[in-house]
Amino acid sequence: MNIVVCLKQILDPLAPAREFRVDNEKKEAVRGAASLVTNIFCENAIETALQTKEKLGAAKITALTFGAADAEDSLRKALAMKADAATHVMNDGATNPDPLAVAQVLTAAIQKLGAFDLVLTGRESGDWGVGQTGALLAELLNTPYVGFVDSIESADGKLKLKRQTDNGFELVEATPPLVVSITNDEHNVPRIPKTRDVMMSVRTPITKFTLEDLGVDVATIRAGGDYYAVADLSIPVKDVQCEFVTGDSLEQKVEQLAQRILEVTRAL
Amino acid sequence: MNNVIICLFASAGFDRATQGVAGAGRRLADALGGQLHAIMLGAFTATDEAALAAIADHVSVATELADYQPETCLAALTQLCQPLAPRAVLLSNDTYSQELAPRLAFRLGGSAVADGVELISHSEHLQVKRAVYGGKAVATIALKRNPAVVWLRARAFEPAAPRDVTANVEPAALTLTTNSATRIVERKSESAGEARLEDAQIIVSGGRGLGGPEPFEDLKALAATINAQVAASRAACDAGWCPPTWQVGQTGKKVAPGLYLAVAISGASQHLAGMSDSKVVAAINTDADAPIFKHCRFGIVEDYKKVVPLLREKLAAARQ
Repeated sequence: MNIVVCLKQILDPLAPAREFRVDNEKKEAVRGAASLVTNIFCENAIETALQTKEKLGAAKITALTFGAADAEDSLRKALAMKADAATHVMNDGATNPDPLAVAQVLTAAIQKLGAFDLVLTGRESGDWGVGQTGALLAELLNTPYVGFVDSIESADGKLKLKRQTDNGFELVEATPPLVVSITNDEHNVPRIPKTRDVMMSVRTPITKFTLEDLGVDVATIRAGGDYYAVADLSIPVKDVQCEFVTGDSLEQKVEQLAQRILEVTRAL
Repeated sequence: MNNVIICLFASAGFDRATQGVAGAGRRLADALGGQLHAIMLGAFTATDEAALAAIADHVSVATELADYQPETCLAALTQLCQPLAPRAVLLSNDTYSQELAPRLAFRLGGSAVADGVELISHSEHLQVKRAVYGGKAVATIALKRNPAVVWLRARAFEPAAPRDVTANVEPAALTLTTNSATRIVERKSESAGEARLEDAQIIVSGGRGLGGPEPFEDLKALAATINAQVAASRAACDAGWCPPTWQVGQTGKKVAPGLYLAVAISGASQHLAGMSDSKVVAAINTDADAPIFKHCRFGIVEDYKKVVPLLREKLAAARQ
């Protein structure tokens, strides 16, 4: 089974909010001192792919990213986790291409890599949180799509996907090829690579494609795509000032708290 | 054409989140000078159907789609939306809608956007405001293609007042194509009978500071006094203190209730991403510098262990 896992490198979402700045001209976040990390749901996807391979006994896992030069680090990490191969489509255009542009590039790369059975993406990214890459990939690759999956089993040539819903979970039977987006669960926490595998990953060759190699509409994609545009990006001004309840005793403070809560709930 | 379509899953009923979608659709259709079409996947109860018919101009009911199957439902919705040449298609932010929306947009030749909290219709392209970077920033997205397919953050939109006219409710004209490539074979609900967390008007939420599963029993008792639902931060869910379906945050549910009471939650950006659109946030925390207080209307700097039982008594007494 050929499994392609699409990864996105993002600004560390855990970087403190007080240091967060945006560039109003470019309409994107300023990196500042924040580090770059692989989006957590993409790491959950790699972990899910590795577990699927372990259950199947054999599979080839290819990590794929469309990103700037730094994004190679995310592929190296995937290789260190024991993905079998990695492909980097170099993004030398807009830093925040729209989801259809991303899906077009990934589709062309997946088709160039050859036959696939399963394409995994993260459910959404921790920066723009677009949440569309998997669904649009399914449309472009002309396959079915299942979202919010947290584990994959195989039975009788079919896949059995467990996916999270608003109030529980569902089991979905699926016949490959298909695209699946992965969400997090206690069972797909990304493994920590062994030191030896980290060293090995540095020496593993990475397949590199330029946009020209893929036969996509290079000009539109470099410009960020024609699906949607960011018209404005700003940091919301918070006009809330927290009023701490006061009082000489705990009793008085909690009494005040109760009154404040009742004021709000009665107005609802 | 300036028609607006709302796609509603009947299983949720005409709950507050669904009413918000209908309200957003009504106002957008009025602003664009178009008609509001509601497409029901499954049938509402008679009461809910009447409430919807008092808001939309047209209601079509696809009872065949009550059992959601991704590929079949997507093909059917495409078939129902296409002839209406909509300017916008609005959905709620439940699992199924999120799974369908980008593909529906693609098939209709439009563009989609997630988790809208405001719709702006006065420029050439429909614009949608949404939280990005885990709630640290707000972006306005201009959708360049028609229709604009938007799934909306539950409760971020006000319901619409019922009108004097009532829409005809008709069965949807549909030719179903079955696609057996995927099939949902089992559904399991972990919170049967409870309203969706996204629909809760009041939420009491517990975090890492609770230190274990037992204090969630105290939160449940507290929540019961004000008809609130209980939620949790990622740390509490990951620790296994409560079910994963309770999780609010970037990796969990995105909620916007009227009151969000955060108990022993420090307010990491991961958590804020899921609840910072709440109308009023209040917190109980021992650390006055905890980031959660920056989002609070009011709060108390005390140990939750002392506050929660006392608060429950006082709120219960006020109910009498």
